[in-house]
Amino acid sequence: MSGMEIFVLWLEAFITLAIFSFLYKDNPVYHMVESVFAGLSAGYYIGLYWKSIILQQLWEPMTRADNPKWWLFIPGIFGLMMFTRLWPKYSWISRIALAFVMGSTAGVFLITQLHGLVLPQMQKTMLPLVNSKGLEASFLAVIVVIGVISTLIYFYFSKEHKGFLGVTAKVGIWFIMISFGAHFGYTVMGRVSLLIGRVQFLIEDWIGSF
Amino acid sequence: MRTTVPVVIAFLSGLVLAVSIFFRPDKTIIGQLEPELLVWVTIIGGFTLFLGAVSITRVNFNAVQRRKKGWGYSLLTLISVFVMALPSLLPSTWSPLFGDAEGSIYDWLFQYLDKPMMATMFGMLAFYIASAAYRAFRARSAEATILLLTATLVMLWRVPMGEAFLRSIHTALPEWINTYVMNGVNMAVQRGIIIGAALGAASMSLRIILGIERTYMGKG
Repeated sequence: MSGMEIFVLWLEAFITLAIFSFLYKDNPVYHMVESVFAGLSAGYYIGLYWKSIILQQLWEPMTRADNPKWWLFIPGIFGLMMFTRLWPKYSWISRIALAFVMGSTAGVFLITQLHGLVLPQMQKTMLPLVNSKGLEASFLAVIVVIGVISTLIYFYFSKEHKGFLGVTAKVGIWFIMISFGAHFGYTVMGRVSLLIGRVQFLIEDWIGSF
Repeated sequence: MRTTVPVVIAFLSGLVLAVSIFFRPDKTIIGQLEPELLVWVTIIGGFTLFLGAVSITRVNFNAVQRRKKGWGYSLLTLISVFVMALPSLLPSTWSPLFGDAEGSIYDWLFQYLDKPMMATMFGMLAFYIASAAYRAFRARSAEATILLLTATLVMLWRVPMGEAFLRSIHTALPEWINTYVMNGVNMAVQRGIIIGAALGAASMSLRIILGIERTYMGKG
């Protein structure tokens, strides 16, 4: 193992133990690593956005010799307008850029949410109860229809949940609890898998190198 | 001026993008506008991230300058931002340490510091999720019991030992969890939530385009 590899191994082991030290008690070493993590993450996104957006989508298409997209100076100016938020007196200028982003996003959302999500999801819910796949598929189709309708009714607050609406909302919350339980189980397993990865690193890579 | 101009811009940009889907991009200008305007939105989004970077620098710089409590940590954050970001902004033609290619400072810091830190932070959450689960899952009501049972079943189902245990109860139990819990109930609820949220997003979009929703502009 080279000197550099040993240095990297010990550095990773140090930061792993420093972060885990918070499990025992809040301490300065943890805060130190936490601050470095916050700074590095911010720095990472600056580098990423600089290359993938500012250079690749703005500067290069605008300045290339062959068919330059000179009109990209408009979003460039809009982007610079966002910086006026740093001076309260002129911060209203940033609203123009913000309004463009909000309006454009709203325009895209208006269609994609209805056309790309609501209609396809409704179409997939309307399954034939009697089909060639047998009784199990029919039973599953019934579960899906009841689940979708009762979940939607649970989140419908314009009318008091009483009578039929109340019973359906109650069924909805049972469905929702099962779904949240499943999600929780998945999330826990994902986090435990990451934890196992770090513990494996400490035991096999770091302690194993002694 | 300060309110009308943004409302008009939001209306026009929203209208163009909402309508552009009905026009062919290869034959009409309005159809071609959609991908172009989406690039514009991405570019402005990129600048906003830099605004965030300026803001984080300003806040931490002020903390260091005024020697506020914990200013040492602010200094560390500042140093980390610059050590990570600056070499990535410089062209790799100057030195192989600049840019974002393999072997650069940016790549090294990401691979050997940022990535393991992220994995450890999220790994540590396993402990806090366990303690949150204890508080949330105490089966005090029928709903909490359902949540507890489903989460336990799914957690067992996701590991080989748990799956073997479930099979010892009934050989088809893991398949039932997959079919009825994950692809049945869970999918139905997700679908209900997606439909509800999408309808909400569409109505909010309409409010923004029509200038009824203006809270994004802030005060002043």
